[in-house]
Amino acid sequence: MANTSSKPAFSLRALLRDERFWQIAFQVILVIVVAAVFSYLFGNLNRNMSRSGIQFGFSFFKNPASFAIGEDLLSYSAQDSYTKAIQTGIVNSLRLVAASVITATIVGVAAGVASFSDNWLLQKISRVYVGLVRNVPLLLQLFFWYFAVFLAAPRKENQIVFPSPNSPWLVISNNNVNTVGPGLPDEVWVGMMLLALSMLLFGLLWRSLTAFREGRFAAGLAGWFSRIGNAVMIAFVLLANYYLLFSNSAEDRLFFKGALIALFTNAAGLWIVALAVMTAVGITLWRLRTKAMLERGQEGKVYLAGLIAIALLAVVIVLLAFDWTVPTLVEGGGATGGLEMSVRYAAALTGLTFYTGAFIAEIVRAGIQSVSRGQWEAARSVGLSNGKAMQLVVFPQSLRVIIPPLNSEFANLAKNSSLAFAVGYPDLYAVANTTFNQTGRPIEVFLVMMATYLSLNLLISLNMNQLNNAVQFKER
Amino acid sequence: MTTVSSRPIERGAPRVQSIGPVAWSRKHLFNSWFNSILTIVLGLTLGAALFNLLSWAFIQANWSVVADNFGNFMSGLYPPESYWRIWSVLGIIMGLSGLTWGLLARNQPQLFSRNVLIGLGAIALFFILWPLTRPHTPYLIGVLVLLAVAAAAGQAIGRKAPGSTKWILAAWLVSYFVDLYLLGGGPFFGRGTLSPSLFYSIIVMLGGGIVAGWQLSQRISIPQIPTWISKIVLFLVGFIVVYQVLWRLPYALGLDVGLKNVSTNSWGGLTLTLLLAISGIALCFPAGVLLALGRRSKLPIVQAFSVAYIELIRGVPLISILFMGQVLIPLFLPEGVRPDRVVRAIIGLTIFSAAYLAENVRAGLQAVPLGQSEAAQSLGLNKPLTTALIVLPQALKTAIPAIVGQFISLFQDTTLLGIVGLVELLGISQNLLASPTYLGDYKEGYVFIAAIYWVFCYAMSYGSRRIESALNTDLR
Repeated sequence: MANTSSKPAFSLRALLRDERFWQIAFQVILVIVVAAVFSYLFGNLNRNMSRSGIQFGFSFFKNPASFAIGEDLLSYSAQDSYTKAIQTGIVNSLRLVAASVITATIVGVAAGVASFSDNWLLQKISRVYVGLVRNVPLLLQLFFWYFAVFLAAPRKENQIVFPSPNSPWLVISNNNVNTVGPGLPDEVWVGMMLLALSMLLFGLLWRSLTAFREGRFAAGLAGWFSRIGNAVMIAFVLLANYYLLFSNSAEDRLFFKGALIALFTNAAGLWIVALAVMTAVGITLWRLRTKAMLERGQEGKVYLAGLIAIALLAVVIVLLAFDWTVPTLVEGGGATGGLEMSVRYAAALTGLTFYTGAFIAEIVRAGIQSVSRGQWEAARSVGLSNGKAMQLVVFPQSLRVIIPPLNSEFANLAKNSSLAFAVGYPDLYAVANTTFNQTGRPIEVFLVMMATYLSLNLLISLNMNQLNNAVQFKER
Repeated sequence: MTTVSSRPIERGAPRVQSIGPVAWSRKHLFNSWFNSILTIVLGLTLGAALFNLLSWAFIQANWSVVADNFGNFMSGLYPPESYWRIWSVLGIIMGLSGLTWGLLARNQPQLFSRNVLIGLGAIALFFILWPLTRPHTPYLIGVLVLLAVAAAAGQAIGRKAPGSTKWILAAWLVSYFVDLYLLGGGPFFGRGTLSPSLFYSIIVMLGGGIVAGWQLSQRISIPQIPTWISKIVLFLVGFIVVYQVLWRLPYALGLDVGLKNVSTNSWGGLTLTLLLAISGIALCFPAGVLLALGRRSKLPIVQAFSVAYIELIRGVPLISILFMGQVLIPLFLPEGVRPDRVVRAIIGLTIFSAAYLAENVRAGLQAVPLGQSEAAQSLGLNKPLTTALIVLPQALKTAIPAIVGQFISLFQDTTLLGIVGLVELLGISQNLLASPTYLGDYKEGYVFIAAIYWVFCYAMSYGSRRIESALNTDLR
């Protein structure tokens, strides 16, 4: 593009032929068009809102919500404010997402691995499951589980008790599902979720701190943007974690007890803290062991013994300290105790689990297929069985193909959890919808809802990216 | 050292061992004690489940909800006396599909191969044997015959006039508006305050105006004025004159043609589902491609807009966007302007799917080697042409499976409109199943529509696999 430098005289023809002119002109036009569209839309919004006498603002969230929420972990009552209602919805959504991430991963990995089984029947069952579930809409499946399975269960007078009334390990009626489980108080469950959330946030903190420590920023303006972004991220994470860990439910904006406060004021919670510490120690030991084995050629038996001791201790704690209870049957129908779920929660959980599980199964299958056949053959030739070859050689290698799509699948799961409101589960979307219907303030409610889902997704995808970096090839 | 073999060495390919069923099941089902147990347990469970399923489907299930309301499932509350309009829409679609098929397959020696004939025969047999479609057999068989005849005609046309393939897209575009008019009815021409039908205003008025203006600007040249100005002026003159004439002439002549108006509130069932899905797909595809190109663009502002849009939309659940579409779109428009709710639904679906499709297309774009565009540029193609002729076709070819996957999920996502008030297939089922007549018939209703969804989704993914293998020229 030497034409402009050699000819200082201005020429329209040269300008029109200059690619750079068109690039800039195009972008300027784009900005003008977008700005015009936005100003038109927001001008309309402004007029529409002022005509109906609404002032944009979030202060109405302090008003009493005066609607009931079917199930909650924050002891919400109808006199409480909209803020508390929304937070109850968020906790309900988190509770559903957290549980279904775990169950869907288990189902999906099992089905994905099963499609490589040398048992023909198992292989075909896995394929049929995936082919059937992936091609039917999730909402329909949720309706099916709720209306056709759980609501069709007998009433609580003649509920299903499995295996026998003397040992009711699983009790199903069209109202509740009770099963053997740890009988922890609500506060501790919430505390555990918040702890997990703050761990994910610490993952982000770690990312930003590493960026500063290693100082790998691009030169120029972009680098400074990135520096500012990371600094803001650190500040935000520290603030959010402060609230997640130490918030006190006495405040009038946050209505949950911070994770550490909730856990340290409960006996079972203390054991959970102990488990978390032990997990950290275990991971450190594992790293030390790997280091000792790789760098010093030791066998690392001491570390192994430590790891085994920690694992045993953890099992003992889980079994003894968590108040595992069997449901007790109530005279005249119903059951209490154990792990209690409403049928709405159970339907949403089952539907999300099987639907997402089918997608995860496909992801796992594609990942395993991507490992070259030579790896299988090499593993078999050193004497590993089919199962061991999968477990020790093939599956770990397939992780680097599996994790990126798994990331978006978890994000999809978090978004799909909003469909649980269709079966009556009071998640964030359901609460937001009711709030909007009562107050007639769609913009503010929509902003709150969108911000929550966006940050949840961001949290999931950034942490999964970290995980992805950890399993990629370490190329020198 | 020589090894002496008593057997002569065999030449040629290894012998294929034919294994009997016993040996086969030994190898695939009972090759170890673990697998044997697994096979037995799975076989028994599967057998019991199949037995229960069949006995439910043929003995216990009460299929009257499906049998009595077949028309509702297919077309919602559409007035039965106007069913002929839906039949004609189906006829148009099948006729065009046949023509397209024939035109595209014009070079194949045999259009109706054995498999195609078997498939068509099986579908026809299904229509005849299934009690629910039996009353409509003449129409259905007629539509199938139309498909076959149109395919043969299309092949004949394609062989005589190979250039006719480029009209396929235009024909589909026109047929879309014809179908919309057939479904919705209303006055064909505008009268007084009534606006003309979409078909007339878009295809005839707009299209006629553009063609007239274009022809005028091509054929006439005015001396003494720069050509580009004269072309624009002539185009505008031709366009405005023809547009105005077409708009006012029918009214002046007193033409009053039109079908009975069927408001979108009466659209429903499978018809509405397909309309929503097809409109969404047709709109989100170009939008997604543009967004993907924008995201890959080197222009910073274009890229920033695309990234912001894609990430924002991908971070929130679809249901919240549909909610926005139903509630917020009227707020952002001037007072009194309130698009039809089907239109709002299509807008919501498009906004959502375009972001996901953009990511799929971006993956395809990334897979095209840089050498391709460098080669194109060295041949003298400019940037837009390089993208349109070289990069995009290859990117789309790579991205076909992902794109079709996105179309499938868009098709499934139309179910969410059932919970914002449209009576598409799932919505109408919810309404029917809520009526006291069919109390507790949830399973029957859901299984029926699940089968419909499954057939469509499976057909789409089967089609995508066929296209993929037909276009996969690398491995030949």
